[in-house]
Amino acid sequence: MTPHPAPATGPVLGRLSLEAIPLHEPILVITFVGVLFGGAALLALVTRLRLWGYLWNEWFTTVDHKRIGIMYMILGLVMFLRGFADAIMMRIQQAMAFGGSEGYLNAHHYDQIFTAHGVIMIFFVAMPLITGIMNYIVPLQIGARDVSFPFLNNFSFWMTAAGAALVMISLFVGEFAQTGWLAYPPLSGIAYSPNVGVDYYIWALQIAGVGTTLSGINLIVTILKLRAPGMGLMKMPVFTWTSLCANILIVASFPVLTAVLALLGLDRYAGTNFFTNDLGGSAMMYVNLIWIWGHPEVYILILPLFGVFSEIASTFSGKRLFGYTSMVYASVCIAILSYLVWLHHFFTMGSGASVNSFFGITTMVISIPTGAKLFNWLFTMYRGRIRFELPMMWTIAFMLTFVVGGMTGVLLAVPPADFVLHNSLFLVAHFHNVIIGGVLFGLFAAINYWWPKAFGFRLDDFWGKISFWCWVVGFWLAFMPLYILGLMGVTRRMRVFDDAELQPWFIVAGIGAAVIAVGVAAMIVQFAVSIWRREALAETSGDPWDGRTLEWATSSPPPDYNFAFTPVVHDLDAWHDMKRHRHQRPVAGFRDIHMPRNTGAGVILSGLSLVLGFALVWHIWWLAAASFVALIGGAIVHSFNYKRDFHIPAATVAAIEDARTRELAGGA
Amino acid sequence: MTRPNLTSPTEAGHFYCLEERPHPEGHSTMLGFWMYLMSDCLIFAILFACYAVLGGNYAAGPAPRDLFDLDLIALNTAMLLLSSLTFGFALIAMQREALGTTLVWLGVTGLFGAAFLGIELYEFHHLVELGATPQRSAFLSAFFTLVGTHGIHVTFGLVWLATMMVQLRRHGLIAANRRRLMCLSMFWHFLDVIWIGVFTFVYLMGMLR
Repeated sequence: MTPHPAPATGPVLGRLSLEAIPLHEPILVITFVGVLFGGAALLALVTRLRLWGYLWNEWFTTVDHKRIGIMYMILGLVMFLRGFADAIMMRIQQAMAFGGSEGYLNAHHYDQIFTAHGVIMIFFVAMPLITGIMNYIVPLQIGARDVSFPFLNNFSFWMTAAGAALVMISLFVGEFAQTGWLAYPPLSGIAYSPNVGVDYYIWALQIAGVGTTLSGINLIVTILKLRAPGMGLMKMPVFTWTSLCANILIVASFPVLTAVLALLGLDRYAGTNFFTNDLGGSAMMYVNLIWIWGHPEVYILILPLFGVFSEIASTFSGKRLFGYTSMVYASVCIAILSYLVWLHHFFTMGSGASVNSFFGITTMVISIPTGAKLFNWLFTMYRGRIRFELPMMWTIAFMLTFVVGGMTGVLLAVPPADFVLHNSLFLVAHFHNVIIGGVLFGLFAAINYWWPKAFGFRLDDFWGKISFWCWVVGFWLAFMPLYILGLMGVTRRMRVFDDAELQPWFIVAGIGAAVIAVGVAAMIVQFAVSIWRREALAETSGDPWDGRTLEWATSSPPPDYNFAFTPVVHDLDAWHDMKRHRHQRPVAGFRDIHMPRNTGAGVILSGLSLVLGFALVWHIWWLAAASFVALIGGAIVHSFNYKRDFHIPAATVAAIEDARTRELAGGA
Repeated sequence: MTRPNLTSPTEAGHFYCLEERPHPEGHSTMLGFWMYLMSDCLIFAILFACYAVLGGNYAAGPAPRDLFDLDLIALNTAMLLLSSLTFGFALIAMQREALGTTLVWLGVTGLFGAAFLGIELYEFHHLVELGATPQRSAFLSAFFTLVGTHGIHVTFGLVWLATMMVQLRRHGLIAANRRRLMCLSMFWHFLDVIWIGVFTFVYLMGMLR
């Protein structure tokens, strides 16, 4: 492969020209037209229903952690549809491209699809979804009114959304990276990727990364500072504990990503030689640094879901969680160990036997605290009265699926085995096994579990079960063939194949993806049907599952202030303890409640960041300079606003709480 | 197991705080800002690591001995250390509620910071004139990025300092401003600590290579 010449740059539009619109790709043109019409219809509907004021005042500018949490979930689910479309396209391509067939995707398009699929699924699906769940649930579980820095929370969300928007723009203006989701140099360097794809990648992740780091800081401080009286660290719900561990990992790893992408950006924009082939650069430096972020990242994704499974196993078994203390220590151990394993992603680098042995052993050691967790869940279920509601079904599916993914991970941790399996479909099957079987199943469990809390009605069971079975069966159908293909030596990211004997396995995998697609459709139907039948599915008690933690102590959905009176915690399962002691909900004596005020600053600053990112991608220097100055100026102007809070009058609180009292009496 | 009778309103306090808990605005800001500083520290850690790994790759270009002028760097270091000292004086004045003195010391701090930046820009300019540009070798890429990132932080510190001085003049030493000034102070001293690392590992040890 030889270096490509750099494209021409103009003074006004930089590298941007009409040629950047991919009119030669029929798939993209059709998608673009669809998005245009769909988007126009949505905007027209919002305008017709006069919802702009409502959306701006109640949602976009909100500093309420619950609404921000829901916005994160919507962002994650929308981006999931994009990432999943990419997955289906890859499966179809790989099932077709045999015996001289080129399939239906050219190399340029296919390479963008596998890159975008990875980037979107990790950064703009899994991260927003777990951040959304943590944002919504953690303050409720610790009996807080909001997070420590409510404005920062709004800003973090919009920065994540701006990053996602930049990725979406790359679909129709220019191109996305063709480098794989971690953009290894020298392929991602300016010599081999001279166009805008990698620049979109860099700036989308940098903008979203600011949001992620700030939201990590926010949640750590919230958990450490805003717990209800009596809730010592070892009385915190397990989900809050695992969220704390995950957020510590976020703050301790995302700056590494920021730094390493900045260095790659300098190589591309300023011609420095960090990761180049010549003048002393070292591409392996990049691979090391990005995995120092990348390995903790996978634990950032899974740890909160371990907490979710713990809450669900305990609630639906009607028992206190088995081995709470060991669960906490296991989470902390996993968090620490996650920093000591990064090199297992590139045993083949050639570090030598001693280094590889060290990282192989640390990797295998992680399976011990993880195994302890699995036994804790099993012992929680043991002799419990298990209710097989949807959250519990997802939990059991997780336990069965995740164990297999964990074991293939231990296989990959053996360096000699890894030399055979490195970069193969076995690896692809392994990480999908843990990310779908762990993270995604956990998110579905969480959505089914906490939906009634967030909206005041349950999710429809029938469509939920269809979705569940399609997902579980589809997952096994789609990924078991990849394990086999990987063992046969098929490498990842291939577009066409010579050996016709492989095709049946890819067809089975494609059928599996189709079954998952039915599961995805069933989930959308589940949401739609539930919203449609919300009167019938209404849930007024605030505690639909006989829950054990404080989020179930307030109404569904909770009032803006969460708790009229801050709960006092005496026991690990605080709400269960309150119910057991037949506590009386106070119905009088309400006080003014001090709350943060909404602000549009987060939307404006993130919008400017999006413009800045777009200008940098296309080398539109005047726009980059202008938006940068506006960004700094906007931040300074925002700092001159000292009136950031208000009080909800006691009378308002009393009115809301009296309505709740009547509702509870009516439901009893 | 005995179940306590909790029906009377006084005992409802067993499970609920009946008084609104005081949580003054900004009570968590210091902890949050510390976390931000530590995350920023990690960015510098990566840049130091890059310098440690790539700092010997001169690619047949100039090495630290050919480039660094320790007298100039000593002067520069003195500027930054003095600015930290004067920031300390500003905070002492703030504790004594002396707004005017606080502003004077903040102004002096800003001047020292600007002098530091000026000397650094002069050094960079000098190096570029010698042909030692960031593009010349991995060593110079790592050098300019590490020292330059610190310089950008000082620049942001100066912008923040100027903003802070306007806000102090407008609102005085109110709680919100005192908190912000404490954060800026932590940021400023943090940059000092980073500079000690740069001075030691990049300049002093560079001369020994």
